[in-house]
Order: sequence, then C-alpha cells, then structure tokens
Amino acid sequence: MTTEPQIGVSQILGHFGPYGGRFVPEALIGALEELEEAHRTSQLDPEFRAELAELHRTYSGRPSIITEAKRFAEHAGGARIILKREDLNHTGSHKINNVLGQALLTKRMGKKRIIAETGAGQHGVASATAAALMGLECVVYMGEEDTKRQALNVARMKLLGAEVVPVTSGSRTLKDAINEAMRDWVTNVETTHYLLGTVAGPHPFPTMVRDFHKIIGEETREQVIALTGRLPDVVMACVGGGSNAIGIFHRFISDPSVRLIGLEAGGDGVETGRHAATISGGSPGVLHGTRSYVLQDANGQTVESHSISAGLDYPGVGPEHAYLHDIGRAEYRAITDEQAMHAFALLCKTEGIIPAIETAHALAGALQVGNELGKDAIIVINLSGRGDKDVNTAADYFGIPLG
Amino acid sequence: MTALDNLFTKVRSENRAALIAYIPAGFPSQAGCQRVIAAFIAGGVDAIEIGFPYSDPVMDGPTIQAAAVTSLENGTGAAEVFQALATASAQVPAVVMTYWNPIEKYGVKEFSAAIAANGGSGVITPDLTIEESQGWISATDNSAINPIYVVAPSTSDARLAQVTAKCSGFVYVASVMGVTGARTSVSTGAADLVARVRKTTSLPVAVGLGVSTREQAKGVAAYADGVIVGSAFIKALQDAPDEETGLAAVTELARELAKGVREGR
Repeated sequence: MTTEPQIGVSQILGHFGPYGGRFVPEALIGALEELEEAHRTSQLDPEFRAELAELHRTYSGRPSIITEAKRFAEHAGGARIILKREDLNHTGSHKINNVLGQALLTKRMGKKRIIAETGAGQHGVASATAAALMGLECVVYMGEEDTKRQALNVARMKLLGAEVVPVTSGSRTLKDAINEAMRDWVTNVETTHYLLGTVAGPHPFPTMVRDFHKIIGEETREQVIALTGRLPDVVMACVGGGSNAIGIFHRFISDPSVRLIGLEAGGDGVETGRHAATISGGSPGVLHGTRSYVLQDANGQTVESHSISAGLDYPGVGPEHAYLHDIGRAEYRAITDEQAMHAFALLCKTEGIIPAIETAHALAGALQVGNELGKDAIIVINLSGRGDKDVNTAADYFGIPLG
Repeated sequence: MTALDNLFTKVRSENRAALIAYIPAGFPSQAGCQRVIAAFIAGGVDAIEIGFPYSDPVMDGPTIQAAAVTSLENGTGAAEVFQALATASAQVPAVVMTYWNPIEKYGVKEFSAAIAANGGSGVITPDLTIEESQGWISATDNSAINPIYVVAPSTSDARLAQVTAKCSGFVYVASVMGVTGARTSVSTGAADLVARVRKTTSLPVAVGLGVSTREQAKGVAAYADGVIVGSAFIKALQDAPDEETGLAAVTELARELAKGVREGR
C-alpha cells in the first residue's frame, strides 16, 4: 500500500503513446523548457515539497475528507458510493491543488505575473486566489459567453484583485480564452507564467498539472481502504480537459482491478453533434499545443463544443486520457445535460450537497454504473467542485424563480 | 531546387531583398483571393504565401484572425487552399502557411504531395516544433518542397542551429515576441536575430511580423533576404469601401514595398 505506483504511461519528451508533445510557436520553447526544468527540480527539492504541503494543510484544507453517500446510493443499485470531497477545498474545487503548485513555481522562476484561462470560473478564482496570496499580478481570460453564465465568479476574481478580460473571438468560450492567453504569453513570456488550468496544452503542462493533482488519488486510496478494507471497484470523475479525473485516477492506474471511468459532457447527446464529449465523439488531432482527441471537421478545424457546464465545454482533452482510452486502461462515457441535471438535483436532496454541474456528470455516471454492478460494488466519485456558482443556471433549468 | 530557392539566388545577384506577400485562401472571397493574387503580381511582389485559415490561430493578431473567420465562413478548406496556391505558383514562387492540425488531418504525406502537385515550393508551419517533425521532414523530402520554420527573438543560439538545420527555402524570422499585425516600428531585435541566424546557416533569411510601409521594408531589406508582409495587405482590403478600391490599394502598397526592398542596401 505504501509502495509507489508503477507509472503505466510513457513520459518521454512529454508523450503518452502517440499523444502529447509540443506543438507551439518557437517563441514559447524557451519558456516551456524553463518550466519543465523548474518542475523537475522542484519535485526533488524537499523545501519546495514542504512549502506546498504546508499550504495544503494550512490554506486549502488538505487532506480533503471522503463521505459515504448512503441515501444517494439507494438510487445507484445499492452500490456503496464514496465521495472524495474536493468541493471542500478552499475556493471550492480541486483547482487549488494545481494553482498553488504553479504559483510557487512562478516565484521559483522569478516571474511576477500570471495569466490564466477559465471556463466555469473555478480555475480563474483559484488562480486569482493564489496570486493574491503570493503577491503576483493576475490576468484571467474568460470567454464573453462564460462571463455571463458565471457572473458571480467574475465578481469573485475581481474582489481577489485579478483583472478579468472577456474574450470576444471565436465561440467566446474556454477554447477561445486559451487562444487569447497563449497570445498574451507569446508576447509577454519573459515576465509572465501561463498558469494553465488543466492537463492539456504543450509539455510539460499535462505531466506537471497531473503531478499537482495526483494527491487526490493518493489520499483517496488510503481513505477508501481504511473505510472499506479494500480497493474500490470503480473510480469515476468528470472529464473536460481532465485534471480532476487524472488527479484521482493516477494512483489507481497500477491497480488493475480498479476500473477508471471518465464522464464527458454529452450536451444534447453525442448523436446530435451538440456536445463536448471529445473522446466519445472526437478524433485524434492537435489543439492548443498537444496531440489528443479533438472535436474537429474534415479540414482539421476545431468544432464548437456544447454543454450546460461551462467547465466541461471544451473541444479538447488531456493527452494522457487519450492514451488511457486507447490502451483500454480507462473508459469514457458521455452524460447528457439532462442526465447530469437529474443527478445534480438528486445529490442535493439525498445528501445535502450541492455539486458543481461539472461534477454532476460524474454523479450521473455513478447512477448508471451502480445499477450495472449492484450492491456489492464500491464506487468512488471525485466530487470535484461545489455548486454555489451554478445556482443561477440550476434555478433557471428547474424553473425556480429568483427574487 | 524549388522556384523559391531560385528566387533567392536571383535577388541575391540583384543585391536586394525579396518581397513576400501573404493572403489567406478564400479571403475576401474565393474569387476575391484570385484577384488579390493578381493585384500582388501587378504590384511586383516576388513570392506569395497562401494562408490556410484555422479556427484557433494563436500566433495571429486581430487582423489575420478576422480574415480567417471570413475565409472559413466562405467555406475554405484544403481544396480551396490548393487552388489559390496553383493560381499563385503559376506566376511567382508560392508557399502555404498553415498551423499543423489541418496538415495532420489531411494526411502528412498527402498534404506535402498536394503542395508539390499544385506548383508550391514549400510550407511554413508556425506551430510545428522540430521534435514533432520526423514525418513531415521525410514527406517534404519526398515531395522536394521546402519545410520552412519560424524562429523568434527568444530562441537560443543552440536551438537556432537545431531549427535551421531542419529548414530549407528560407528561415522565417519573427521580428518581435508577439502575434502578427502591423506595427509602427519594426523591432531592432530583428537585425540581431537575423545575425544570430546567419551564424547557423547559409539559408536565406526573411523577416515577418509588423512590416507595413516602404520605409520599414527598406530598413529590413538592409539586413534580410526577404521581407514578409501580411496584415497590412489584409487591412487595406478590410478598410476599403469596396473590393475594387481594396485591390487598387493592395497593388499600390505592393509597389511601395517593392521599392522599399530595393532601397535597403
């Protein structure tokens, strides 16, 4: 139980099988090499690790607890459902794990300014928080469409001292916020660190962001064994870019009995074309500096994604997920908006926990898998974020009048 | 030897720089792009870059982004890019500039072969790193076209040597850290970067990003073998009240720039 897991995934030059790598303007190569070196040396530096561990303990509130969801489980074929409570972290989601790590690296590299992209606002809020804590200038790029869907988080970022730039190009969502952040980075790379919020992008981001989130799975494995006496049968998480999923999956990759299931945003249904289920409905290609699955047309143009969840509304996915899918180590399913909102409401009423709509996709998956496996199964769900930010969207969806 | 290689031999013998003009295929329309190519030729450009419009152009500023959106709305795909390339290459050396994913989607060998089949001399790939280039280099070798890479002021000397070793045709020097677009001045860093590039290769060196006037072209031509202009032409078309006026402005700008590249030395 205490042995390090075998890394089941090739990381040579940032590749995961045929996926990953670096597809970026030459202008960024120096910064990516600097970041790779800072990450590599920091992982071997006891002082850096101690500083991050201290922040986890005294600032974000790690380890996060697990909660057994017994009343919710009655709707999931009676399987045991265990929630890993990343929603209880400071700022309300798993995003803080990566943000604190990268903010420390920013200081280590002597940079004073961070830029970040955000969809739902969770990563933007986490970035603004870390910037405030460490005295860094922070600019957050957010699709104009998302600034409307997530107005509360825009206000939170501003209160924390960040500048929020609404992005009006393209589909005005997360994809375009990343384009704009990369343009800023190409221009200001000497002084600026791009604090990318997911396990996508050019090497070293997929590996580095995974390393900052793998603590989720490490804690979960010990906690679930302590509670149940054995490994879980299934570990599940929602997948947009895939950071919370890779965070909880990674420690379990070397446990072959544990099924890993990622739940993608099926929007109106994969068959309608209006979805964000990149692995379920996309094909291999290059987007935002990495080769992975992409929603694209016959000419390699990125196709706009659709989801009720701003945080999953992304036409790409992290390269490690693409590889885990292809080698059959992880499964990926699509959950429609309707299925996600059903699970959202169910968790509220059975457990007194309002999840993020992103997370509700994983909960909907657990309802399916629980019914497939029956009552002896142990299913762990990464409860990646809380749903306070989604109250407007949910009230609108369920027809609850506001005010 | 590609037509592009021959062009640089010729301009070197004339002791001047080449003027290279950029237009996305399908902009301002499919037929309009053909007319822009004619306007370039009338104005005296030496070579043409046909852009493959892309949904996520992270190296491009607002001017080229807007042109790419228009072009995609006009239904531009690989077929339209190759058609524009064939039109241009029938008159002057021509290359395609494209982000990597459209090549990968089309098929790496097939794309390279189609460039050659349509008379193209090469392809500029602004987001393809040398580490990811193995298949591309062998494809362009087989098709006898030039793989052209972009280097930046932040590129180290050691890295420059590695990148220019993979390059042929010319080395594309991005004059500033940043995205495409007209600027009031061309960074003085460009001359330094060209000098650093020349220590690694005897290939011609062309400078892009920010050149929009005869004076700037003259300044760059003092130290570079080629001057690349894109956003300024697109802006002339976007700002014109109608296409005829826009095309006249393109030809006039090309004439001025063509004078500039002959005045630098």
